[in-house]
Amino acid sequence: MDTIMNPFSSGTRLRDMIRAIRACKTAAEERAVVRKECAAIRASINENDHDYRHRNLAKLMFIQMLGYPTHFGQMECLKLIASSGFPEKRIGYLGLMLLLDERQEVLMLVTNSLKQDLNHTNQYIVGLALCALGNICSAEMARDLAPEVERLLQFRDPNIRKKAALCSIRIIKKVPDLAENFINAAAALLKEKHHGVLISGVQLCIDLCRVSSEALEFFRKKCMDALVKTLKDVVNSPYTPEYDIAGIADPFLHIRLLKLLRVLGQGDADASDAMNDILAQVATKADTNRNAGNAILYECVETIMSIEDNGGLRVLAINILGRFLSNRDNNIRYVALNMLMKAISVDTQAVQRHRATILECVKDSDASIRKRALELIYLLVNESNVKPLTKELIDYLEVSDQEFKGDLTAKICSIVEKFSPDKIWYIDQMLKVLSEAGNFVKVEVCHALIVVITNATDLHGYAVRALYKAFQASDEQESLTRVAVWCVGEYGDMLVNNVGMLDLEDPVTVTESDAVDLVETAIKRHTSDATTKAMALVALLKLSSRFPSCSERIKEIVVQHKGSFLLELQQRSLEFNSIIEKHTNIRSALVERMPVLDEATFSGRRAGSVPTAVSTSTGPSTGASLKVPSGVSKPAAAPLVDLLDLSSDDNPVPSSSGSDFLQDLLGVDLSPAATQSGTQPSKSGTDVLLDLLSIGSPVQQSSSPVAGIFSSNQATKAPSSPLDGLTSPATQPVLAASPPAASPIIDLLDGLAPAPSIPEKNGPAYPSIVAFESSSLRIMFDFSKPPGNPQSTVIQATFTNLSSNNYTDFIFQAAVPKFLQLRLDPASGNTLPTGANSNVTQTLRVTNSQHGKKSLVMRIRISYKVSGKDVLEEGQISHFPRDL
Amino acid sequence: MTIRFVLMVNKQGQTRLAQYYEYLTLEERRALEGEIVRKCLARTEQQCSFVEHRNYKVVYRRYASLFFLVGVDNDENELAILEFIHLLVETMDHHFGNVCELDIMFHLEKAHFMLEEMVMNGCIVETSKSNILTPIQLME
Repeated sequence: MDTIMNPFSSGTRLRDMIRAIRACKTAAEERAVVRKECAAIRASINENDHDYRHRNLAKLMFIQMLGYPTHFGQMECLKLIASSGFPEKRIGYLGLMLLLDERQEVLMLVTNSLKQDLNHTNQYIVGLALCALGNICSAEMARDLAPEVERLLQFRDPNIRKKAALCSIRIIKKVPDLAENFINAAAALLKEKHHGVLISGVQLCIDLCRVSSEALEFFRKKCMDALVKTLKDVVNSPYTPEYDIAGIADPFLHIRLLKLLRVLGQGDADASDAMNDILAQVATKADTNRNAGNAILYECVETIMSIEDNGGLRVLAINILGRFLSNRDNNIRYVALNMLMKAISVDTQAVQRHRATILECVKDSDASIRKRALELIYLLVNESNVKPLTKELIDYLEVSDQEFKGDLTAKICSIVEKFSPDKIWYIDQMLKVLSEAGNFVKVEVCHALIVVITNATDLHGYAVRALYKAFQASDEQESLTRVAVWCVGEYGDMLVNNVGMLDLEDPVTVTESDAVDLVETAIKRHTSDATTKAMALVALLKLSSRFPSCSERIKEIVVQHKGSFLLELQQRSLEFNSIIEKHTNIRSALVERMPVLDEATFSGRRAGSVPTAVSTSTGPSTGASLKVPSGVSKPAAAPLVDLLDLSSDDNPVPSSSGSDFLQDLLGVDLSPAATQSGTQPSKSGTDVLLDLLSIGSPVQQSSSPVAGIFSSNQATKAPSSPLDGLTSPATQPVLAASPPAASPIIDLLDGLAPAPSIPEKNGPAYPSIVAFESSSLRIMFDFSKPPGNPQSTVIQATFTNLSSNNYTDFIFQAAVPKFLQLRLDPASGNTLPTGANSNVTQTLRVTNSQHGKKSLVMRIRISYKVSGKDVLEEGQISHFPRDL
Repeated sequence: MTIRFVLMVNKQGQTRLAQYYEYLTLEERRALEGEIVRKCLARTEQQCSFVEHRNYKVVYRRYASLFFLVGVDNDENELAILEFIHLLVETMDHHFGNVCELDIMFHLEKAHFMLEEMVMNGCIVETSKSNILTPIQLME
């Protein structure tokens, strides 16, 4: 009656509660029920109600399983464990294992109870305690109770022994130091007859071997024969109803023993020899009609593949796998594919034989099998079979479903890249992939494609025509659009004039306006993103130079983006517009052909290597040759930051860490240009560019390589930062053009480098001084003043290492009196190698509020490391030239 | 080499039995169960019984309205785990007589006891039905 009247009293039986919960229609109802129930349980706990404790705990377990927090029940568990009856203990331990875990501190309280229970007379209770210990003990508990467990390993009752064995596994996992104590006992366990104990004993040995290598040695020496004999007995054993599963006596034991043999045989030839016979026997005797038999066979094959080489056995194993592959059951095929992946490292030839079957599996309806088969194929590809395999994979790409397409595309791209026998095939395959699944292709792959195209000079015409056709046919694939737009821009004249036709091509007439059409479509399409549109704008600029007849039309298209919300597009459109309109004379020089990007360095860089160091720059103040500044040990940040700081007072652009490529292009392109010295520019050209550059906004690219760099690097970064950085005036000198257009432009830009850095542009020149000289270091200051501001001075400091050791962690600090303001820009590097030729530079900006009345004075401090010692040098500089 | 968890889930996705052999917080468990169950329930009969999830595999099998899911390490023998699931079902069948989902629900602790006899610390310890069921019958 009570239960009916008050269904949530602590007397509720578990099943009633479950019924109540099941009757709830909504989650909120269920929560309400659970809450009430928890409240009742809590009340009952507080009352210390003995009778219904185990019921409460059972309810708590159910609630916990549903996902609600049940911390309040933990002390209940402890009380139950401490009580003396078996059912209470049982449920107490069960609750302990479910509700708690090893991280809870409450667990420590249980240690004492556990200890007592481990020594209990009732073996079932001992078993309980061992079970609990084995499931959730922590390291401290393990240490405390290990001796008890060791003792129990030799208990008379097999049930206890087996539980003790598993408990020991946990102990040695938690506290590997205790492993030695268990070795002998474990060896004794291997001689058991009882299957349960045997299985646990074997598992214990496996884990011991994993944890300690001396255990491994011990088992190898002493127990190999015994193990082989045991396995033989199990294989040959007659029908035992107890352990029989599907006609095989205890397959679990089979498998466990095979695992142990694997662990022992790995890396050891003698052990492997000893087990050859038994492995062959197991392999032949297994019954493949049943899953159990297949399971044993699978384990056997794994063992064979892992132990030392034995030709006959290996062949047998691979044949078995082949049979598995053609089995109708998905599970078996999956398992076979898995194994074959491991087998590849061992014997590639044999696996190649099954290539056709594996290819079939790639097209299977089951997702897991498809994934595995694809990975396997990827490992199987080599130069001889790459063409047919790729063809198959690309055919499948068309029919595969969306989730798989991504994986498949990535794999196809890497296969094509690694193994392509010739460039034309590479371009063909990539075009097919782009047309089919362009949206899944990663941007680096697009760049790689462009690099390859630029390198294949005889294939330029073919490539651009193929792209044109593909673009017409394709379905709005973003990557394809980008590559097409870039190529049409670059090689548009080849497209129109059918230059460099190959025999296998059909002639296609493309007029200039068709080419412009293509780019226009790309721009106008609303699915194109900002990068594509930006690339298209550049391409239009190129085309306007190559096809002068279309200039008007191109201008109109470009102008449409003058008011675009995207700053990048707006800027480009304005600049290009002005180039097309007013500066036709330099236009052709601007958009000359891109220099060929060196493939080897490109792929090297792509692999993630650090940008190679080019000699440190001494800054534009030295005037003549322009070298690429680079930090030797710093990431790509430093050089670009340097460039920016030399030029303007703007905040330096955040480092282009993602644009190693960009950095490297600069490196690649500029080293030839760098050593050029200028000749006098033509007057009109200078004026024109001066005009352009003095507009004040970050200025456009001044040469085609730069244009090319930007267009092909759009995708690696958001358009803003590297471009902003790179388009600041001072970078112009460094980004100077490819060799043909080089000289006039370098010098145009030389002359235009911001005034402070160039002595010729300054007011009165100030002599450089040796600011500081010691036996190991010399500092030179070069001065310049920005025009129009007599109070500020820009000082270029050059540090030279006079000793014979290299300096690292070089830091220069300066302090000035109150009437001066000082700003230090980051140094060009912090490693100062020895020798008078290499040096580090740093720019200082000083503003003298007492200009004319007081001259500059400065205290400096330099710290660096040489041969592992820290060195500190200080000094005062008061011999600045007057009038600074 | 270990079993990480054993779950029994019905076709609506409700967990009927959950035994974890490694520590996960409650939220993690629920998230895990949700994800895995979604994956398994969505698969058809024809498909493979093994699902890869994060860094381990889930071996599952459907018996009537209940899904048995066992999460194992990547290097465990999947076919053996399938056999283990079958053994578990047969043992419960033997004890309850024609076991169904409700039996497990209402006798949750007995199901747990049986599972505990069979698996300890993530390893299969006992595979003989009679040995497993003896202590349980003792309690009755």
